[in-house]
Amino acid sequence: MVKTPIRFTLNGSETALFVDGGANLLDTLRRGVGDLSPKYGCGQGTCGTCTVLIDGEPHLSCLTLAETAEGRSIETTNGLANGAELHPLQKAFMENFGAQCGYCTPGMLMAAKALLSKNPNPSREEIVEAISGNICRCTGYEPIIDAIMIAAGQLRGRVA
Amino acid sequence: MTVHKGRGFACINYPIGMNLGGDPSQALVHSTPDGKFMVSLSAIDLGQGMKSVTRQIAAETLGVPVADVYVDTADSDTGPHDMGSFASRGTHRVGNAVIRAAAEARAAMMEAAAEELEVNPADLDTDGEGNIHVKGAPGRSITVADTAIAAQFKQGKTLSGRGIFLIPTSEVDADTGEMTPVSCFAHAAVVVDLEVDDETGEVTVSEVNSAYEVGRALNPKMVEQQLIGGAWMGISHALYETTEPYYPNRSHGPQDYNTYLMPGPGDVVPHHIAVLERPAEDAPFGGKGPGEMCANPLLPAVANAIYNAVGVRCDTLPITPEKVLRGIQANGGAQPREMF
Ligand code: FES
Ligand code: FES
Repeated sequence: MVKTPIRFTLNGSETALFVDGGANLLDTLRRGVGDLSPKYGCGQGTCGTCTVLIDGEPHLSCLTLAETAEGRSIETTNGLANGAELHPLQKAFMENFGAQCGYCTPGMLMAAKALLSKNPNPSREEIVEAISGNICRCTGYEPIIDAIMIAAGQLRGRVA
Repeated sequence: MTVHKGRGFACINYPIGMNLGGDPSQALVHSTPDGKFMVSLSAIDLGQGMKSVTRQIAAETLGVPVADVYVDTADSDTGPHDMGSFASRGTHRVGNAVIRAAAEARAAMMEAAAEELEVNPADLDTDGEGNIHVKGAPGRSITVADTAIAAQFKQGKTLSGRGIFLIPTSEVDADTGEMTPVSCFAHAAVVVDLEVDDETGEVTVSEVNSAYEVGRALNPKMVEQQLIGGAWMGISHALYETTEPYYPNRSHGPQDYNTYLMPGPGDVVPHHIAVLERPAEDAPFGGKGPGEMCANPLLPAVANAIYNAVGVRCDTLPITPEKVLRGIQANGGAQPREMF
């Protein structure tokens, strides 16, 4: 099968590899690059746990052709922490019990990050809207919404 | 169109584990050369918090800081035997096994420390901060780390322990059929408030109030987390989830998350929880664990609330708008019951 070379930045690092025609971005990140932080849940765009940011916008990587990532900037949960220091969203999820099994967490974090970069002061409804494509089986969502609210407050405080 | 308010109540006794076959859990505890402790289990943590709770239990029993204990739930091929993480048994069964294993490891640790300090092990105590000292003489002490080093590099010993928790098999009495399938119960009571639209049959849950008796809440935040998530799942089972087609045949059934209904983040219902702590005698530090019980009482409470709202008794799940409407039709209209 013909392989296509692609280049993109992944969490700020230049990344180049060959992909099969038709390969999706989720597989490419997990198997090609070895970034296991985006998860495979359904493979058909209905669970949200594979959410990554492409040029700051949330995308379902299982439905994204890898080749369309050419020249783009991709962010995954792996890039959230600054060394040993967790991102305020990660901290808030931890402190407010926003994860149980954790399988939805990478998608929730990326969806939340995309929201907060555009809307630093979201209402509960806006948070619900932002994560409505992400399924969580364990938490009942409330602790996740709380965690995003709290992280938003902390991030605003940081900028101010 | 009228929207009818309804309130439903349900309470349950929920069995912790199953006595048949003894329901065994085993645990192994050993120290690493730097005086940390590893707890090996085969029961797994799938988000319910078993790793955190068994870690607390081991640290408390060993008398060392929680930070110095690791729990490895590796693999049923390489770990000690366990029936598994189900039947709400984790905290109780696995916790009891961990206490036994950690107690044996603690005895080995105290003996090794006694040899170093040249005293009787019975005269020693731990401070929970990584030190072992002579009772009444805190100055005469040795760190857990130095004890582990001495045991492993000088005394040639392991600081380890084995734990098994096994319930005596309950035989069936030939005359009466009597037996004891379960010997430990948790309890819960739930009140659900909801609204039923008598034109669409749609049910909207507006509030949940609950009380759960889980023995001692070994990790209160995790108990609350599990209760909130579990209650959400209970409502989801009561009103939405099924792999069966609504009609007319199986091929119309849900195939994926698009068609398998579950409430989403926009359907969060306020839930007020009271956790009643009545430490259970045979439970590790009194903790029984919430387990499956977090979801179960929500189902009858929702069904009762719908009956209260419109007088329709649904005895198959989920209670879909179609079932509610058919019930209202069969009754010749909504028949709200007296509110209690
Ligand atoms: S794996 Fe991509 S949406 Fe489920
Ligand atoms: S924490 Fe388990 S799916 Fe969300």
